[in-house]
Amino acid sequence: MGKNPELQAWEESELRKSLERFPERKENFTNHGGDEVPRVAFPEDIDDDYLENLGFPGKYPYTRGVQPTMYRGRFWTMRQYAGFSNAAESNKRFRYLLDQGTTGLSIAFDLPTQIGYDSDDSMSTGEVGKVGVAIDSLADMEVLFDQIPLDKVSTSMTINSPAAVLLAMYVAVAEKQGVSPGALKGTIQNDVLKEYVARGTYIFPPKQSLRIITNIFQWCSQNIPGFNTISISGYHIREAGSSAAQEVAFTLANAITYVQAALDAGLEIDVFAKRLSFFFNASSDLLEEVAKFRAARRMWARIMKDRFGATNPASQMLRFHTQTAGNTLTAQQIDNNIIRVTIQALSAVLGGTQSLHTNSRDEALSLPTEESVRTALRTQQVIAHESGVANTIDPLAGSYFIEEQTDRIEKEATDLIAKVENAGGVVSCIEEGFIQRQIENAAYEYQKEIESGDRIIVGVNKFQVEEEVKPPVLRVDPIVEKMQVEKLAEVKRNRGNEKVAAALDGLKKAAAGDDNLMPLILEAVKEYATLGEICNVLRTIFGEYKD
Amino acid sequence: MAETTHRYRVLIGKPGLDGHDRGAKFIARALRDAGFEVVYTGIRRTPEEIAAAAVQEDVSAVGLSSLSGAHLRLFPAVVDALGKSGAGDIPVLGGGVIPDEDISHLKQAGIVEVFTPGTPVDQIIQAFQQACEAHQGS
Repeated sequence: MGKNPELQAWEESELRKSLERFPERKENFTNHGGDEVPRVAFPEDIDDDYLENLGFPGKYPYTRGVQPTMYRGRFWTMRQYAGFSNAAESNKRFRYLLDQGTTGLSIAFDLPTQIGYDSDDSMSTGEVGKVGVAIDSLADMEVLFDQIPLDKVSTSMTINSPAAVLLAMYVAVAEKQGVSPGALKGTIQNDVLKEYVARGTYIFPPKQSLRIITNIFQWCSQNIPGFNTISISGYHIREAGSSAAQEVAFTLANAITYVQAALDAGLEIDVFAKRLSFFFNASSDLLEEVAKFRAARRMWARIMKDRFGATNPASQMLRFHTQTAGNTLTAQQIDNNIIRVTIQALSAVLGGTQSLHTNSRDEALSLPTEESVRTALRTQQVIAHESGVANTIDPLAGSYFIEEQTDRIEKEATDLIAKVENAGGVVSCIEEGFIQRQIENAAYEYQKEIESGDRIIVGVNKFQVEEEVKPPVLRVDPIVEKMQVEKLAEVKRNRGNEKVAAALDGLKKAAAGDDNLMPLILEAVKEYATLGEICNVLRTIFGEYKD
Repeated sequence: MAETTHRYRVLIGKPGLDGHDRGAKFIARALRDAGFEVVYTGIRRTPEEIAAAAVQEDVSAVGLSSLSGAHLRLFPAVVDALGKSGAGDIPVLGGGVIPDEDISHLKQAGIVEVFTPGTPVDQIIQAFQQACEAHQGS
């Protein structure tokens, strides 16, 4: 029997082109005995059903992965989320992580920054520098990226409602480093819809938030084409207690809403869709998680092609970041968390993630210590270099169980998306609390199983021990808040306040009209207008969302 | 889960900017299932807003949740705000990502009970029951 013509076509087209552009990590991938490990294993009979539902890596419907060579070409990006205290402390942690072999930065901002308050705002009391780094103005951002060449690293920023402001600051810092915007690589989270249902760092009402987001899509496509303009996140939906299928459903429903908003604003699908990225949770049910990642990829490809008519393959590909599940970490016997994280990270790699953050063992107690962060990174490195799972593509494909679960999650999530749309769409479902209730119910049932002992959490409701020695915890000194407030006052003394006022006035007028806000925000941050000042201007025009 | 004999009213509050309310919502619902009347404030409330709600709703206890590390500032601030509203007798309980060494500081500041991750819910319900009974008797 000759080679299947579809397989041959893939080898001669997608695969060949990929290998020409990016050679694989090694010439030969072999196991311990010297046998060759196949790039990707296929069924003997490649039939229509296989072609329709699984296909080839790097080819529609992308069930088997978004690149033709996957991790044989390059490992996933090992991207550890970090940031605490002030910009100088966080800069030190970033440089430590880069020295240890992390390959991309991921910035955690403190809550005041994420909600658009300056450090001296009364709302910020007690929260400055706690869960991330405090950024008030460009002056902080300059310190944060000191000696980090922005044309060499890719930077992910977990920032949503004020994403436009932090992105503008990033572009301004790059400019000062002599790096042109076109050379910048990275991601802003910019996914406000999930903030209303799960994470809580909203500022403006949904409609105004969608306007800012589409402004960002448009500005980025023209100015920083290498940046992912959004990271549509199921992570926090899952953390809030949803099931795996709900995570996929609500994430893709949000994604559909963003795409529709951008189309309504007159953007071309194949211009902005290729810079949409995703962010999922990796929880402990390894096989279900692998199926979830595969199902999400296939669903998105189908939605983009069939519903939105996207023809560029890059628009159809669901590229995603993964973080292991914070909610599964226990404060008891914290070393057990290393095992949990290993299983979860493995699911992400078997599921074809593009980048990965592994949680540290002590995160149920506080922000992680440097030592714990290193172990978390080492977990990824062991999976990459020692486990062998990165030597072949989508190795669980064709397992009866995995394929059945992939189909099941696709069906459940598709039905749930239809339910949301029949109920008026995401925005109206958020306003009526429909999505929140679905997540809450799933969370409640799950926790009841733990309370009753039906679901065993090792070290918590079974196999407990008395723990005498408490692990060291990382603390953010309360002095950070005071210092940050002083620094902010100094920035305000030394800038050209008239220019700031003029820039803010221009922004206000644009917000009241239809102009793209990005150029005006960029102008304001370059004059050292603060994050709080910019967000307050927008608050006066857009109003605020209340829970 | 334990049933209460008297129907006490309690308030669950999220002070500060932390939006992680899976735990707070679970406790609110578990208390409801155990027979309490529960008012949940929603996320991102100031200590003053929480105290005002506690007074207005005439509750017998307040439960606070924070996972952002701001508990040492925010929990005592709620106790103070209750005192200033003339409701210093309402007991305040707290929970979240709280290092063990902070528990004694919080108790000194007037927080009657502090729950860390992994605490069985029955233990929390019981603590609310006792706090409400003590408040009733005071």
